[in-house]
Amino acid sequence: MKISREDVLRVAELAYLDLSEAELETYRAQIDEILEYIGKLNELDTSKVEPMAQVLSEQQTLDATLREDLVVPCAVAEDVLQHAPDPEAPYFRVPKVIER
Amino acid sequence: MTANWTIDGVREALAARKISARELAAEFYKRIGTQNPQLNAYLALTPERARRQAEKIDALVSAGSNLPPLAGVPVAIKDVISTRGTKTTCGSKILENYIPPYDATAVERLEAAGAVILGKTNCDEFAMGSSNENSAYGPVKNPNAMERVPGGSSGGSAAAVAAGLAVAALGTDTGGSIRQPGSFCGIPAMMGSYGRVSRYGLIAFASSLDRIGPFATKVRDVAAILRTIAGRDPHDSTSTTVPVPDYCAGLGKPVQGLRLGIPKDYFGEGMDAGVREKVEAGIALFQKLGCELVDIRMPHTDYAIAAYYIIATAEASSNLARYDGVRYGLRVEDDSLLAMYRKTRGAGFGPEVKRRIVLGTYVLSAGYYDAYYLKGQKVRGLIAQDFRDAFTKVDAILTPTSPVPPFHLGERTSDPLQMYLADIYTVTGSLAGVPGMSVPCGKTCGKLPVGLQIFGPAFGEARVLQLADAFEKAGGADV
Repeated sequence: MKISREDVLRVAELAYLDLSEAELETYRAQIDEILEYIGKLNELDTSKVEPMAQVLSEQQTLDATLREDLVVPCAVAEDVLQHAPDPEAPYFRVPKVIER
Repeated sequence: MTANWTIDGVREALAARKISARELAAEFYKRIGTQNPQLNAYLALTPERARRQAEKIDALVSAGSNLPPLAGVPVAIKDVISTRGTKTTCGSKILENYIPPYDATAVERLEAAGAVILGKTNCDEFAMGSSNENSAYGPVKNPNAMERVPGGSSGGSAAAVAAGLAVAALGTDTGGSIRQPGSFCGIPAMMGSYGRVSRYGLIAFASSLDRIGPFATKVRDVAAILRTIAGRDPHDSTSTTVPVPDYCAGLGKPVQGLRLGIPKDYFGEGMDAGVREKVEAGIALFQKLGCELVDIRMPHTDYAIAAYYIIATAEASSNLARYDGVRYGLRVEDDSLLAMYRKTRGAGFGPEVKRRIVLGTYVLSAGYYDAYYLKGQKVRGLIAQDFRDAFTKVDAILTPTSPVPPFHLGERTSDPLQMYLADIYTVTGSLAGVPGMSVPCGKTCGKLPVGLQIFGPAFGEARVLQLADAFEKAGGADV
């Protein structure tokens, strides 16, 4: 077994994700099978291979990655707040996080 | 009235004043009204927006002005792509009432070119799936066989175009989500190179893999849409300045003498016999067109699914952290902030999304990062190298798009790994960043579309489209 019930619980906690008992067991079994399959990557010797995080060459991104850090008007603040679950302009309101 | 409109057909009809842009949009809404209740391809319609745009086009026609390239063309947009003022749900309950405050760049460019946006199309939740059965708003049906899936995740866009409910549509492809539904619905569908089309306004699933691309009924229309949406966008730092050629101008050039790689590694076990027969017939047709077939090896193909599902889920777990009930979308109330996060996410995400968040968080977590995530990235490098090596020998690569024809609704939902394994022929190109296209390549069992996939080197879209167009004109759809 690659992944235990406790592993799934720990990961769900990291991801702030409530899972029911039934979901826990279903995902554990399914992810176990997936990880078992993923294990086939160990057949490959990758000790001399660089990890590839993205596909664009340096030349392609050279002109793209950095721009001047400028403030530009975007004028969507009102729209954005309007669709928030609990807005109080100009803020998003959340449950209290500090005890008095 | 012509049943199947094309971009050129729309332009000619408008210019000859046989129909107005408003009438054309109304005709499409009528078809949608009749067919969508069964098909479930559209999640939302945008008649007001369509009317305003159509009026602009009609005013240009009345004034005798030059018409923009996509004037009056009715299009559909996958519901993971932001549309200002129109709900964009990503097929998820967590964004059921989300209204974006801005348009995606691809949407903006389509409208600037004269296209009329009809509405938003159904998809697997957050584009995670290969059958459209992971939508929180019900599955889409395949217009070729209503008891079967349209493919996914862009199943609504593919079905809408195939059923004549839009002339073209935008989808997104992370591991095959444009090409596979294109194959299942029997229409051409293209994923350009990574960086070719701006992702600004595309709600992220896996940022190093996500790409926006077109569906249409003809390769020429795919080329025209891609040309419109491609090119550098300052809002997306991964969109490149590589020049965008006129893809339509390259169509019709002879393909004789082009070298096409046939990777043995894509024709192994697990392929449906009917799919194999049609794809082999498609390859033979290219030979008849004067192309040279070259046997090539892409030795890391068999590892692509494993690498893909590590990388895609890891990126997804990070990207989907933003759905926390604070700024947009669903909130499930609780007195504690952390419990509010957990309950909101637990209630808002569907099963496939939760599964991928758990898997993605796991492969990134302390102690497993090297074994899984880093290993996946290294194997990604090997797969990209397979493609680079192949393109030193050939101009393009031919493979099946999917190992299986469209399957029955519900047939594969209980086994996620089996569903993932069917992405084998598409995820390779996703990891490598190269352009890939699916073109119709006959039907198996008399009615189930088969797709032939054409890969080109990075930013070699013109060659891919040229080949697809030649194949289409030579009767590829009926091999």
